[in-house]
Amino acid sequence: MFNYTIRRLFLAIPTLFFISLIIFLLLDLAPSDPTANLPLTIPPEVREKIRQSLGLGEPIHIRYLLWCKQFFINEPLNIMEQWFGWDIAGDRLRVLSWQTRSPVVDLIVQRTPQTLWVVGMSYVVGVLIALPIGIISAYRQYSWFDQVGTFISMIGFSVPTFFTGVLMIVVFSVWLGWFPSIYDTTHQVTDWASFWQQIRQMVMPVAVLALFNAAQISRFMRASMLDNLNQDYVRTARAKGLGERTVVLVHVLRNSLIPVVTVIALGVPQVFGGAIITEQVFKVNGLGQLLIISIQGGDLPTVQTLTFIFAFLIVLFNLIADVLYGVLDPRIRYD
Amino acid sequence: MRLTKILLGAVAAMAMSSAAQAERGADGQVNIIYWQAPSTMNPYLSGGTKELEAASLVLEPLARYDQDGNMVPFLAEDVPTVANGGVSADLTTITWKLKEGLKWADGSAVTAADAVFTWKYCSHPEGGCAQSEKYNDVTGVEAVDDRTIKVTFGVSKPFPYGPFVGAQAPLIQAAQFANCLGAKAPECTDANFGPIGTGPFAVTDFRPNDVISLEANSNYRDPAKPAFAKVTFKGGGDAAAAGRSVLETGEFDYAWNLQLAPDVLANMQAAGKGTVVSSFGTLVERIMINMTNPDPALGDERATAKHAHPFLSDMAVRKALSMAVDRKLLVEIGYGDAGRPTCNVLPAPEIYKSSANDACLVQDIESAKKLLDDAGWVAGGDGVRAKDGKRLSILFQSSTNAVRQDFQALIKQWWSDIGVETELRNIDASVFFGGDPASPDTFQKFFADVEMYANNFDGTDPESYMANWECKQAPRPETQWQGNNMPRYCNADYDALVAEMAKTGDLNERARLAKAMNDKLMQEYIILPLVDRGRVSAHSNTLGGVVLNTWDSELWNAADWHRVKSQ
Repeated sequence: MFNYTIRRLFLAIPTLFFISLIIFLLLDLAPSDPTANLPLTIPPEVREKIRQSLGLGEPIHIRYLLWCKQFFINEPLNIMEQWFGWDIAGDRLRVLSWQTRSPVVDLIVQRTPQTLWVVGMSYVVGVLIALPIGIISAYRQYSWFDQVGTFISMIGFSVPTFFTGVLMIVVFSVWLGWFPSIYDTTHQVTDWASFWQQIRQMVMPVAVLALFNAAQISRFMRASMLDNLNQDYVRTARAKGLGERTVVLVHVLRNSLIPVVTVIALGVPQVFGGAIITEQVFKVNGLGQLLIISIQGGDLPTVQTLTFIFAFLIVLFNLIADVLYGVLDPRIRYD
Repeated sequence: MRLTKILLGAVAAMAMSSAAQAERGADGQVNIIYWQAPSTMNPYLSGGTKELEAASLVLEPLARYDQDGNMVPFLAEDVPTVANGGVSADLTTITWKLKEGLKWADGSAVTAADAVFTWKYCSHPEGGCAQSEKYNDVTGVEAVDDRTIKVTFGVSKPFPYGPFVGAQAPLIQAAQFANCLGAKAPECTDANFGPIGTGPFAVTDFRPNDVISLEANSNYRDPAKPAFAKVTFKGGGDAAAAGRSVLETGEFDYAWNLQLAPDVLANMQAAGKGTVVSSFGTLVERIMINMTNPDPALGDERATAKHAHPFLSDMAVRKALSMAVDRKLLVEIGYGDAGRPTCNVLPAPEIYKSSANDACLVQDIESAKKLLDDAGWVAGGDGVRAKDGKRLSILFQSSTNAVRQDFQALIKQWWSDIGVETELRNIDASVFFGGDPASPDTFQKFFADVEMYANNFDGTDPESYMANWECKQAPRPETQWQGNNMPRYCNADYDALVAEMAKTGDLNERARLAKAMNDKLMQEYIILPLVDRGRVSAHSNTLGGVVLNTWDSELWNAADWHRVKSQ
């Protein structure tokens, strides 16, 4: 198992380099221009100068290698300096965003808290709702609870978040005035009142995303439970005279959770990716909003760095899911 | 009972009068929302409107434009002219005098050296300064003494108010940016995000593309201003959400640039929490006519002056296309109060506005048909007119934008009424306006017959704007497809007018020339202006002092903003 993990980790390195190259080429070949969104009153010569100052005059392979150097060497060195207080001499250029002209990594660090709070919380809430719904729906298949659960998860699946989000704003902010429609990213929790304010501004975005997440996971949970409920070992357990509670929550649930846990683990990178639409709707301005603004603004270094970090997380959590699978299910051993 | 009421009234009146007496920071906090979030506070590193406007709370130029397009001194004592001796008779130098006792937000004195530095900063060849056009032709900026700034131009400059005027060219502090010249400019993140300025507010926290927190500048030159102690400047989302947060929920006090359908805005305003304000500048939504042939079969010579357009080079066709358009209906559907029909590509300021072309305001399908009949364009079996084997079939391109696509559909219908077939195409704005010479879809390459977009000019002087349609400005392979003359209009008379304006100093004479150029373009139907587009913003009913200004930053008078006390 340990060898397997190590092997996978080493294999991930060339994979990630390959991914970074593909992302870079895709972005570079895509028709976008960092000066496109400037007012038309700025003349073409000035635009050309701006492009030159962004480094666009260099050939593509030089720019790729420069990004690699900045991201894989300069940025880690910088982090080490900050963490350990080292002072490694040298004038290192960090990955600079074209829009803000500031280090991309600093932007990401600044954006991560609100994304983790809102999107991460919605994932946790979604999982907490989804598991019981999936279990009860499967145990009482075709009961009214199952029908209602199926109906709600179909809504969660099929109604887009830009609709549910705006609907909630209209109902709860405009009509009822309960929650703010705009998320305050500078808000700091210092006491109970400000904590309550934080809860109020998180309720709507978390609810919208939790509905979406719960819909998916509850279907997985239900299907997995149904697979197991009809197995022979369940009949055996009941024949032994075990209570229904023990049969369902111990025997069936544990076995059903194996595939669900991997699904949940594979979903975690999406949390870091942010929820582009929901973040836009509620002005949460997290990582998802950073990504979309950078794409619109033709800010290649930011898009490149962000997508690469997402790729890294996806590779990592794929590995974690695979390892977890082996841990949870003793029948599966990779060695 | 009555007495107490009177007493209470008196107390209330006293409280109100004391509140009316301005005091810096007395009105607490003001919340501003821009649905496009500012990326930096340094207007020289980003030409975007959102950055200019955010920075205008902090950085100030020597003079700004007011809501009528007149110049008002800000950091300068007055506006130099030839009459008051500030501009030399040969129009090559302008001398500004700073107000006395000006201080940066950090308490240090503002001197002429800061202006000299600002010029050096923006004109550095490696800096990629987005506003370098403002400093065009400047050969030197000199600090005559601590308060006197002398700008010298290499040529005679009839309109010498480019450098240090308007939101695009504010003063930055030499001490703060000293190590940020040229290629170093983007590395000065702290300075770019928190410039030290002279404006009413100072940055306390800048989160790029998200939110800016500002506080009143304690060294602001008017001790009674600004009325607000704090500003939260939130960015992001979309125009509808920004409008809702001011007009319906009241969370924000000011929302910028609400490009929304007229009925949507009216519904929001009906909630009674805020007011929609609009103001008109020079932004005109127009159709550009391609005078050259965009036929792909021509290869490298496609859309260049080597081949005239097969049918759009016939003025009768261009005129008929213009006559068939109902500009009033377009305004009603697309812009409501935020637009008005126009027949000029130069719609403002007032002295430059021509009234010679107003006939286009009325749609006239029948006359358009007759015009085409008379010119020999005869309808074929499919209803499309043709002459000498050339069919009136048009490819009409524009950027992707809901209003533009509505306009395209309507115009297509009107043109089909007069026997012109239209194929519509829309291109993502970042590609269309991107100017990438490798892309076939840019508005400069213009590989289509007609295209629609909006454009305007900075400030109030139309000289460089009208020079856009000089022959040599045509985008072509030799210029890497850069240039502003999208129609590839080429007329020696027009070029002569441009040259004449460049050496004319008298304002009335300049106005006559600008009008003549506008009329030439209009009467030859090279450009079909459609809508004079205003700026629409909204402010809460409790926010006073807002004067919407399209000639400068919308936040130009934020120092005068205050909280309106409810009665």
